[in-house]
Amino acid sequence: MTQWPLRSSCKIGLLRTETSTSGLGRYNGAPERSVESMTRYNTEQVSGWLQEMQQSLQHLITHSEKSGDNDGDNNPVAMIGIKTGGVDVGKHLHKSLGLQEPLGELNISFYRDDFSTVGLHPVVGPSQVPFSIDGRHIILVDDVLSTGRTVRAAMNEIFDYGRPSRITLAVLIQRTGHELPIRADVIGQAIDLSDNMHVSLDASDMSLTISEPTSETSGDKSS
Amino acid sequence: MKQNDPQFNRFGNLHHFLTLDGLDKQTLTGILDAAENFTSVNDKSIKNVPLLRGKTVANLFFENSTRTRTAFELAAKRLSADILNIDLVSSSTKKGESLLDTLRVLESLQCDMFIVRHSDSGAAHFIAEHVAPTINVVNGGDGQHSHPTQGMLDMFTIRRHKGEFENLRVVIIGDIKHSRVARSGISALKTLGAAEIRVVAPNTLIPEYVEELGVKVYSQLEVALKDADVIMGLRLQNERMNSATVPSMGEFFRTYGLTEDRLKLAKPDAIVMHPGPTNRGVEIAANVADGKQAVILEQVNYGIAVRMAVLSITMGHGEAVREAEMAGTT
Repeated sequence: MTQWPLRSSCKIGLLRTETSTSGLGRYNGAPERSVESMTRYNTEQVSGWLQEMQQSLQHLITHSEKSGDNDGDNNPVAMIGIKTGGVDVGKHLHKSLGLQEPLGELNISFYRDDFSTVGLHPVVGPSQVPFSIDGRHIILVDDVLSTGRTVRAAMNEIFDYGRPSRITLAVLIQRTGHELPIRADVIGQAIDLSDNMHVSLDASDMSLTISEPTSETSGDKSS
Repeated sequence: MKQNDPQFNRFGNLHHFLTLDGLDKQTLTGILDAAENFTSVNDKSIKNVPLLRGKTVANLFFENSTRTRTAFELAAKRLSADILNIDLVSSSTKKGESLLDTLRVLESLQCDMFIVRHSDSGAAHFIAEHVAPTINVVNGGDGQHSHPTQGMLDMFTIRRHKGEFENLRVVIIGDIKHSRVARSGISALKTLGAAEIRVVAPNTLIPEYVEELGVKVYSQLEVALKDADVIMGLRLQNERMNSATVPSMGEFFRTYGLTEDRLKLAKPDAIVMHPGPTNRGVEIAANVADGKQAVILEQVNYGIAVRMAVLSITMGHGEAVREAEMAGTT
């Protein structure tokens, strides 16, 4: 089956949020940009953050099972990643937590709030939620939390699948720029960034690059 | 190409969906990929997505149709658009209102999209030329010309079963002459790179110059079916036939009906498609239509996802573009 081509480097903030205001070139991927300054976090640093996230999540899961939010074995905690960066992060957490249910994947492009201004977003493959949502504690994973609009869209989609008992939000990076009352429960790393900076996660080795482009082509920042 | 194509606006966005002729491989693949994503809406307990909330889609059906109208209606509803079904077969056009007056009335009702079905070839193009620039027009079948959403759902069905198009041998059987489904299918198959397209029918049902579309013409079904990967049946369209083109239905079935025995001449994993409604015992034997190689009901199901993709791609190139367009035209 033809899918949106996999990229060796998954540009967070670019794949889902970068859209030229003219609406052109949406099927051609992200525009080329020259980069002035760059900060790199290597695989080791990122896996350190992932480990901390795993510990916090483990604590939350144990607590949630004890307090009876969840009926343990019958309806164990499940994890859903937001495509595509959230799925990359989710794969690592899902594995280290040893969750029973397979990792769910959400393509939130049909739930975004900017269709009327920017149209349909690049196609990243369908949503897959291979377990029942009803009464279940869901760990929702994304790579970067900024405005909160992506998470709002993801929660709307989750509720169309069923009624979860609880949603916990886990993000690798929480950056500045909140526009909605949405905060993460578990954060790998909080980073203060100005609006034009963008974060990109390389899924092949889980390293992170923060860069500031010299020429700003877009004012959109709805991660 | 895009600049002279009335389907594209001057920013190169697909604004109307009138025919598959002239659409490049990237555009067709983009529609198929988007449709692939829309198939997952069926997994949810609430099957709607909020993409076209607040938009109004009008089904303008100047010709009777149940399944196409229903499929468009369901696609629009799954996208959370409001849909008006306007039955023009028995409406004001009968009272003498001109088509353009009807369009003006619908425009003033703030519709965002017209889905047009008409028995005259070129009707959707005509309407697209005369509507306000903000309105999208989708062709739901015009005369013997084009049925682009049917063509795309056929391509979607083929891709789901066969993957790539490059090595496929596709056989189209029956009433090629009156069939807009065949015309759209041939056009899309050529663009997507199918290895070989064969059409097979009695001479009276083969249009003149059909070879120029890049197809091979056969008169014997048994020969045409050899090593086929995809078999597309067509409905014998009695209502469009104004002269005797087929001696009798029984005669047609004896020579061109798809029976179990003839199906064995194709590849063992060949799929059997039909746009419906099927005339059992005319184009296709009942046990083939219900057989395990038939994907006829799948086609109906995929028609929803494909139409959701077409609706959201044509409507989804943004208010910013629309505003620029408006500013440019005034």
